Order: sequence, then C-alpha cells, then structure tokens
Amino acid sequence: MQAETQTPAESPALPETGRRGRPADRLRASLGRWEALLVGLIVVTFVAGQGLSTEFLTADSFTTGSLDFSEVALMALALTLVIIAAEIDLSVASVLALSSALMADLWNRGLPLEFIMPICLVAGALCGAFNGVLVTRLGLPSLAVTIGTLALFRGIAFVVIGDESVTDFPVTWTDRAFGNFAGTFVPNTMVLFALLAVAFGVLLHATPFGRSIYAIGANEEASYFSGLRVKRIKLILFTLSGAVAALAGIVITLRNSTAAANVGQGFELTAITAVLLGGVSIFGGRGTIAGVILALLLLGGIQKAVLLSENISSYWIQIVTGALLVGSVLGPNVARRVRETRRRSTGHHPEEGPKS
Amino acid sequence: MSVEAASPPGAEGARARRLTEWVFRVRELGIVVAFALLVAVTAILEPRFIETDSLRNLALNASIFAILAAGQTLVLVTRNVDLSVGSVLGLSAYFAGDLLSKNAGLPLPLVFLLGIALGAACGLINGILVTWGQVPALVVTLGTLYVFRGLAFLWTDGTQVNAETLPDSFLNLGTDSIVGVPILVIMALVVVAVVGQWLRDFRAGRELYAIGSNPEGARLAGVRSERRVLTAFVLAGALAGLGGVLFTARFGTVDATAGVGYELTVIAAAVVGGVAIFGGTGSVYGAALGALLLGTITSSLIVLRVEAFWQQAAIGALLLLAIGFDRLVGLRVDAALRRRSARRAG
Repeated sequence: MQAETQTPAESPALPETGRRGRPADRLRASLGRWEALLVGLIVVTFVAGQGLSTEFLTADSFTTGSLDFSEVALMALALTLVIIAAEIDLSVASVLALSSALMADLWNRGLPLEFIMPICLVAGALCGAFNGVLVTRLGLPSLAVTIGTLALFRGIAFVVIGDESVTDFPVTWTDRAFGNFAGTFVPNTMVLFALLAVAFGVLLHATPFGRSIYAIGANEEASYFSGLRVKRIKLILFTLSGAVAALAGIVITLRNSTAAANVGQGFELTAITAVLLGGVSIFGGRGTIAGVILALLLLGGIQKAVLLSENISSYWIQIVTGALLVGSVLGPNVARRVRETRRRSTGHHPEEGPKS
Repeated sequence: MSVEAASPPGAEGARARRLTEWVFRVRELGIVVAFALLVAVTAILEPRFIETDSLRNLALNASIFAILAAGQTLVLVTRNVDLSVGSVLGLSAYFAGDLLSKNAGLPLPLVFLLGIALGAACGLINGILVTWGQVPALVVTLGTLYVFRGLAFLWTDGTQVNAETLPDSFLNLGTDSIVGVPILVIMALVVVAVVGQWLRDFRAGRELYAIGSNPEGARLAGVRSERRVLTAFVLAGALAGLGGVLFTARFGTVDATAGVGYELTVIAAAVVGGVAIFGGTGSVYGAALGALLLGTITSSLIVLRVEAFWQQAAIGALLLLAIGFDRLVGLRVDAALRRRSARRAG
C-alpha cells in the first residue's frame, strides 16, 4: 500500500530525466543514492568519534569494536536476502542461542568440536527450514511464525542446557574466534564476515537466483506467474538464514568461550535495524548488501564512539540507533512531501510519471 | 436483476456477518476451552493450583498483559504493529514511581492520568510517524522501541525507585481486593470491556477493521484512515502508559528495564487470541483471553514443577498452533462465503 513511498534504496531509473537540473531533483538524486548518504554519516561519525576520544581511530578500537559486532553482522547478511524477498525472520537470535546450547551439550558428551560445528550448522538450517515450511507450505505470515519460533527455539535452547553455562572449550578454537587474522589488526571473525559478505553479495547481485529474490520481493504474484519457484526460493532463504544464525552462534560461543541459552537476546532487532538502515525496504524488492555493510559500519562506529567518549552516556547508543532507523525512511518521505507541497503552491503541474 | 432481488443481498450480507461473528465467538470459545482444560489438568495433578491465592496470582499476572494486549489489538487490527509497548511501559512505570516517591501527597488519579498521558504522547509520536511520515509501523516502532528505552535509561541514570519510598495507598492498588477480586484485575476487566466494546460496536472501532482488511476500499468508502490509525496508536500508547503505572503499583521496585521484551509476549497474546497479524480480524476479548492463557501456561508449568525452561518453548508452540488454526479456519470461512455468494449469483 505504501510500497512506493518508502525509498531509501537506489531508485531503479525513475522517469526523472527531463527535470534533473532543479535543486529539488538534485536533492532527490542524492537522497536516492542511499549508500552515499551512509558514507557521509559514517564520515561524520568517525570525525566525531575521533573528536570525542583519540583512541577512536586506532587499530585496537577497530578490533574490539568489530569483534562485538561480529554476530549481528553475520546474521544481518542472510536477513538482508530474507527481507528483500518481503519476508522477515525474527528467530535468528534464538537460533544463535540454540546453536550455542547444542554446542555445549554435545561438547559435554565428549564429541570433538570439528564434529560438533557441522551438526550445529545443520541444526540451524533445519530451524530455518522449519520457519520456511510454515511460511511457504502453510501460507502463514512470517512475522507471526518467527515470533513463535523466537520463543520456541530459545525455549529449546533452555531445555537443552538449562541455565548453566559451559566454559571449557579448547583454547585453540577460542583463540581462533577471538584472535586476529595473520598478525593484522583485523579479527578473524571479520574475515569470516568479509568472506560471507562477498558470497552473499555475489549471490544477491550477480546470479539469477539473486535477481529472482528481488522479483519476488517486488511482486510475488507476477514472479509466480512468470515461472519463478517462489516457495522454493523463500524456503532456501529461510534455511540460509537459520544456518548463518547457527554459524553466528558458534562464533559467539567460541569468542566468549561460554555457551549459555540466554546469549544474544534482542540481537534480532539489532540485525533488522542494520538491514533497514542499510536501505533495504521492509516491503521487499529493494536494497543492497553494500548498503547493509555500510549500515553495520555506521552502527558499530556510533557504538564505539559513544563507548570511548568519557562524557556521553552509553544510553545514547540506543536513542541514536532508533532515531537513525526511523529517520532513514522518514527523511526521503518528508523530502518528497515538501517537494510536492512546493510544486503545488508554485502552480507547477505535478507531471506524475508512472510511479515505480 | 429484478426489484425483489434487492432484499436478499442484505439478508445474505447479514448471514455472512453472522457467520463471521460465529467464527469469532468459536475462536474465543476455543481459548476459553483451552484455558479450562489447562486449569483442570493442572488442578488434578496439583490441587493447590486452584486455591484462592494461586488463582489470584494467576489473574494478577495476566492483568497488565491483558491491558497491553487490548491496546495492541487496536493497532494490529489496522494492519499495523506496535513494537514499542514494552519501552513505553518502562518509561511510564519509572515516571509514576519517580513522581510518587518525590511527591508522596500527589492524588493517585492524577498520577494515573499523567502516566496515561505520557504513554499517549509516545503513541502520538508513533502514530504521526506512521500516518504523516508514511513510515511502515514495523520500522517506526522498532525505532521508538530503542529511543523510548534509551530515554528511560538516560532519565533513570542507573537508579531505581524502591517500594519503601512509595505511598502505601498506591502500592495497595497492586495487592488489595474488593470482595475478593484484586483491584488490578477489576481495572483490567473494565479496560478490556470498554476498549473491546468500543472496537466492536462503535463506528470508529468498526472503521479500524475496515482499514485493516482493505485499506484502499476503506479510503474509497470515506473512512478517514490516517486519523483512525493515529487514534489506534494513541490509544495503544495510553494503555501502555496505564500498564506502566500499574506495573509500578504491583511490583513497587522499578528501574529502566521495566517491561523489556514485553512487546513480543503482548503480540503473542493477541495472536494466540485470534488477532490476525495482518489486520482486519480479531477482538480485544480474544487478545485478553490470549494473555490469560499465556500467563496460565507459565504458572501451571511452575506448579507442575515442569522445568521452567519449557515455558518459552510451550508459548512458542502455542503461538504456532494458533496461527496455523486461524489459517485453516480462515480458508474454510473464505470458501463458505464464496459458495454463498456463488449461490446468490446463480
């Protein structure tokens, strides 16, 4: 209903060409380049961060800052695809917890980690597939389904290990998760993230599968009638989302060398915030992996800047994050309203072209 | 069509309405039956479960959630969602506590009014962003979930309101009873009845359904959608504000984390109670019953000494069952309605 009003992402070649020179249109063109705006915000954040604390632009702060964001960043990647397909997965953080709990349980039973990790990934994929089946085969809304599985999977995680926590994971593996890549200041988890980001970027932007995700998000019915296997594609996306969430569960368990069922509570909302702030439309069909990566960088930068500063309360992180999220969609809408009002008052014909 | 055909469509319409009304009632009845079964089974296994004290706690626990679920229903019915309820509750809970601990003499109705007004203001912000700003409700309320919670943290700055600093008259609201029924429960019942009746029978309430089941159609029929949606958000905020004041009265000790994570439980309660997440269906009574059922599951698992860890899993499973069931019934009803209109046409 309001799909066309919400355009933080690149606007796919609207019929705007005739009126490029006007200031209002230039504003629109620059706002349309959502990624450019994000880069601008990141620069502002980093300059401000450096002003607040001289420790901000250091290798050490990058390492710690990005480590804390590893899991959310991983989950946001797969979530991007799900949201572009006009679905949502709120259960990711619970799958993360379930994966962590399962890891602890199997470790307590004496299985080697090399064997446990694939099992966790498969379990996560199964959780995702469970969501996917409920959404695609039974036709249930994903918002409701994944609120349900959010409680269900977290509940199963508690059933698996209760409220105890397991901490005796082998140091070789925890070091790998906590350590930096080959002597640089880049954490290993960020290397993992980069690899996955490239993989997801290619999948989304350079394969027929990726194009069909956009098509489904833009118009599911049309996609179906043009021969796309909508249900199967969505099922695959949910399965992927589950598997990546399980991977994030492995990462957070090893990184903290602690497995507990209450880990990562609320991460789903942070991950969704990153995706939406990255310019992905909640109605599907729009957005890029690059935008989401920039949004993650922005969120991570804000968090680190506030944490490092001495006189800004860390509570501002939440406030700024929330305001950015709303602002990211509100900004373009308000700009459009102002433009329309001005056009009407100066007596110009609106010349509404066919809206996308 | 001839002249005499003029009346049957009306009659058919009435019959169709009766059918949907019937489905509603059966849906709510289903929750009542599930609730009765749950209480019965628990009582057989552990007779102490139906002692007055235990039932009292059951009702007390469900009260605040029922009020929040009533507010959530108003928003859900319009095909929107309010994720910020937990944060609004937190703000208003601390506000009420702070106010009373610093001015013990303040008349209680004024405290309630101020708490409700604070909640309504938060709801107004949500509503304006959704209607005037044309930002999807999920995005707006996810954002304000953070903003309101952040403001609460900023405001409390790590401090908390303690029960000792609050006047007894206020705390008694959370514990006292009138003829055996806790005051909190009476208040929840009144709120649910008033809001439920408003949504069910008043023009403004009916229009919320119209907006949720067919936004474009509602607009064409002359419904002032933006204003109605705004009203729904303001009311939901006001009810969350009320919930916050009651939270403080019941628990006494409040800090900035009051109500964290409530949003999902509240939505779950509404959905279990038959409110469709994509608008147009469900009632406040159903949502309140859903809140009662979820609360009872939690209590009965504790009483049965099932490990508390099963709680969340059970609630999740119940939610999935409920939406699956609704989908099934929805398909059936659609088919029945279609058959009827086909018969009418033929």
